[in-house]
Amino acid sequence: MASESGPAINPIEQFSIHPVVPISIAGHDFSLTNSGLYMLLAVAVSCLIAAIGARGGSGVPGRLQSLAEMGYEFIAGMVRSAAGEHGMRFFPLVFSIFFFILICNVVGLVPYTFTVTSQIVITAALALLVFFTVVIIGIAEHGMGFFKLFVPSGVPIYILPLVVAIEIISFLSRPLSHSVRLFANMLAGHITLNVFGGFVVMLLGAGAATGVLAILPFAMTIGLYALELLVAFLQAYVFAMLTCMYLNDALHPGGH
Amino acid sequence: MAQLEKTNTEVGKEGGNHSNFPPFDTSTFPSQILWFIIAFGFLYWFMSKRALPQIGKVIEDRKARIARDLDDATAMQQKADAAAAAHEKTLAEARANAQALAQAARDHATAETDARRKTADAEIAAKIAEAEKQIGATRKQAMSNVADIARDAAGAIVERLGGRPADPAAVKAAVDRVA
Repeated sequence: MASESGPAINPIEQFSIHPVVPISIAGHDFSLTNSGLYMLLAVAVSCLIAAIGARGGSGVPGRLQSLAEMGYEFIAGMVRSAAGEHGMRFFPLVFSIFFFILICNVVGLVPYTFTVTSQIVITAALALLVFFTVVIIGIAEHGMGFFKLFVPSGVPIYILPLVVAIEIISFLSRPLSHSVRLFANMLAGHITLNVFGGFVVMLLGAGAATGVLAILPFAMTIGLYALELLVAFLQAYVFAMLTCMYLNDALHPGGH
Repeated sequence: MAQLEKTNTEVGKEGGNHSNFPPFDTSTFPSQILWFIIAFGFLYWFMSKRALPQIGKVIEDRKARIARDLDDATAMQQKADAAAAAHEKTLAEARANAQALAQAARDHATAETDARRKTADAEIAAKIAEAEKQIGATRKQAMSNVADIARDAAGAIVERLGGRPADPAAVKAAVDRVA
């Protein structure tokens, strides 16, 4: 490594996938990768918190108990307000999605860990899960009435074709925006953190005079880290909230 | 493993299947999707069948318990209020009784004093009347004595001036006319 360029920093490297337990089924690679491992970790953490909440214990809740109950009431309130009492049967789905994303995001902020939600394939899988749930439940509940979703009431007949076309395109692009929003937020945040962290390392490595300057990107990294913690929660919230709103469409297609 | 990664990256530069940018490396998609289905499937099963109903029950139980405790507290508060009211009532009654008793005692004492004063007044009046009667009698007697003295004096005067004893009946009549 040449001294003038400093240590090479590759902010993309943190997203690379490598197998932990190689598994091959029918010639396809289904290895347990670091991504899969962190998914299992997030699930384990979520289940642990939920299990502690489910245990109940004494009347006065402890910290983890409160966390589980706060999550429960938070998501229950969100589902109820966005999709109505009828939507409460999707509560476990929204709760699982929220906690899966939240724990993945937060775990990913620990240095040297892997961020599952920075993989477009995972966010796309979540978004498509929601999308197909909406379509299947919508058609199962309302049959052809589900397609009223694309025909807003009170629109003059001469612009109706245009409106319907726009509605259909916006409906079909939902999984795209739904998944890319989370993916891009996590990706950009981690790249930025990595770049500013890399500046600190570079300035410290370049000598005592520039080493003093390292305090600037270091402060920036701390600020960004706090912001990323907010984003980690916010993106989980946004994803869950949009899920509720899409599910509301499946339950009440004519309702907007 | 590092070797494998390196190989992947190099291949990615040439082939279309792999990418330099790991999130777009489609060769990792099947395994990621498989493990996502396993992980998320388990999470959903655990949450919907195990954890969430339990947590809901815990929250409901606590809410019910708090509501029950609050109801109990309200009932006890009402009981305490009732007891306080009863106590207050008893106190008021006792106070009224005491006042009535005091009033009665006062009335009784006043009546007794009045009666005593009345009898005393009557006695005094009787005594006064008696004394006045006595005074009257005494005065009458004194007045009769005065008439006798006047008659005597008039007789004597008449005797000295006239030189002969005066007629007592005439003197008496004259004195009585003057008196």
